[in-house]
Order: sequence, then C-alpha cells, then structure tokens
Amino acid sequence: MKRKLRKTPFILLGFFLLLWLVGISLGEPTRVLEQAKSICLECIGIG
Amino acid sequence: MQTIRKLVQAVWVFLINGFWGFPITGNLYQGPLKIICSPGLNCYSCPAATTYCPIGSLQQLLLSVRFSLQTGHYYIGTYVLASMGLLGASFGRFICGWACPFGLVQELLYKIPTRKYSVPVALNWFKYLFLLVFVVILPLLLVDQFGLGKPWFCKYICPAGTLEAGIPMVFLIPDLRTTIGFLYLNKICILTGVIIWSVLASRPFCRTMCPLGAFYALFNRVSLIKLDLDKEACTNCKACHKVCPVEIRFNETPGSGECINCMKCMTDACDFDAIFVNVAGYRLARTGKSRPVSARQS
Ligand code: SF4
Ligand code: SF4
Repeated sequence: MKRKLRKTPFILLGFFLLLWLVGISLGEPTRVLEQAKSICLECIGIG
Repeated sequence: MQTIRKLVQAVWVFLINGFWGFPITGNLYQGPLKIICSPGLNCYSCPAATTYCPIGSLQQLLLSVRFSLQTGHYYIGTYVLASMGLLGASFGRFICGWACPFGLVQELLYKIPTRKYSVPVALNWFKYLFLLVFVVILPLLLVDQFGLGKPWFCKYICPAGTLEAGIPMVFLIPDLRTTIGFLYLNKICILTGVIIWSVLASRPFCRTMCPLGAFYALFNRVSLIKLDLDKEACTNCKACHKVCPVEIRFNETPGSGECINCMKCMTDACDFDAIFVNVAGYRLARTGKSRPVSARQS
C-alpha cells in the first residue's frame, strides 16, 4: 500500500476557513465576545 | 514524553486561564482575547478565562437563532462551529490529550491511589448523544414564548463549568450565594460524581460525556496531524494495549475516535516503531526527521 500526501485535512481546513470567514462577515464574533464577557448564570448553575 | 505532555497541559491551563486580576476587579476577564476559541473545554465564566468556550458559545448562539433572525442578524453559530472545525481538522483529539484543562484535572485525580475500574465501552456513545441532544437539538428546538431556548448542557450537566466558574464565582460575588437553589445543587452533585469517577477510572468524562471530545473525535481519522500505525512494522505484541489510558487497542483500531493522542503507546510501549505521528501523509520520525510514508515503505 503506497501512501502520499493526504488531501482530506486540507479540504476540511479550506471548508472551515470559508465558514469562519462567513461567520466573521456576519458579525458573529462581536456577539460571541459580548456573551463571553458577561457571566453566564446557567454555566454557574444559578440561571 | 509524558512529562513533556504534562508540561504542555499545564501551559495551556495558564494560557486560557491567564487573567489573575480577578480578585482585584471582582469580575471575570472582559478583554478582546475572548474572541478566541478555547481549544479544550474551559468555561468562559471562569473568572480567569481569557478565551470563549466553544460548547458554551455554540449553545448560546443556537438557543437564540430565532430571535437573532427576527432582529435581522445571522448569528447562527457559523463562526464558532468553524473555529471548532479548524481545530478539529488540524489536531483531532490531540487537543483532548494535550490542551484540555478538564482532561488534566481528571488525569491528576486518577493518580490518587485506589482500586481502579474500567469504563464500559457502551458508555462511550453517550458523549455523541450529549453533543447532539444537549448542545444542538434541545437549545435549538425547546424555546419559550420569546423564541429563546436554554443552554442545556451548560445549565444541567457541565461539571467543568461548575468547577471553573460555579464554585469560584460564588466566592467572588457574594450576592450570587442568595440565588443558589436546585440547579446549583444538581450541578454540584454531577461534579462530585465526575470527580469520584475520575479517581476510580481514567478520564471518564472525556470518554462518556464530553461533547467537545465527541466533536473532535469525528476528525481523529482524518486530521492533519494524527497518530498512525505502520502495519508492516507491527508485530501484534499487544504492548500498546497495556498502557492506554482510554483502553484502546491501538494496533487494532488506529485512528479511533476514542484515542486522545497522548502518544503513550508510541513512546512508552511500542518497541517496533510501528506507531508514528502522521502529518498530512508524512511520517514525523521520532528523531525529528520528516519523510514520506511512501518512501519508508518502498
Ligand atoms: S491509543 Fe495510544 S495515543 Fe491513543 S489514548 Fe491510547 S495510549 Fe494514548
Ligand atoms: S506495541 Fe507496537 S508492535 Fe506491539 S501491537 Fe502495539 S503497535 Fe504493534
């Protein structure tokens, strides 16, 4: 069995990179930052 | 190698929990680094956390998808899912073995000398259920009159959140103590159960409950960096079976989603150089030399 450069990881990385850029263009990081800056009461167990 | 791994794990704990000003500010870190995805499970409400937790953020975005669309936004989890995907496609479950704070906690607990037990293989499937049901389906579908769901995994299960945020935040902000009720006690019970289980069995949370581990497991066979088996070099001596902390028979199931890529089998067991790190199809030799697998086999 001969092995050579595996393409699958690059295809996956390309796909997720594209998705990541789409997320950024939709302004999602701002929302993520807003959430992560505030205390998540559910995470603590009181919300 | 295992000492190096412990050091790397410790470095990651401090990198993603690097805000030590919280006793002075009396609050969690609120700076711009929180736009970065934590590779391992690490609650973003931990007062020292410097990054966001992918599982927590994904639920928060999914539970408010309707509300967000109604208000003209498209916050549907794309950025978070893509960040998780980039990490998974690059490293698979190397993250579990090398960069997850809650994984390290379990490993340290397992060092407590007691009788040890194995984890029934059938329980491994539960982590995929936690990912699908508690992280995706329930937050997305069970909504109130305003179209908002709940972060089910964070709210009812996550022991990492209880340990890293629930306990410290209640000490840090005394007002929170008055709101403690059933939910808090439920989470404390789950955390206690996981702690006891981690003393008795190796990494039980990672193997049976962790939704992030389940997500990365999907990439373990195809990730850019993965552990691989040289079938021709393997003598089937089964030495690798004996050292594995998650009870995998590596030479029978190379690329298994259960493997946390701790490399113990490669460095502490296999005398035949049959287990190796495969980077995009190229063997990363122990000597540090990199050469194509095809060249080795020709
Ligand atoms: S199979 Fe090897 S690398 Fe994977 S968890 Fe077991 S000992 Fe670690
Ligand atoms: S220790 Fe090495 S040679 Fe022995 S069974 Fe495992 S992979 Fe094969």
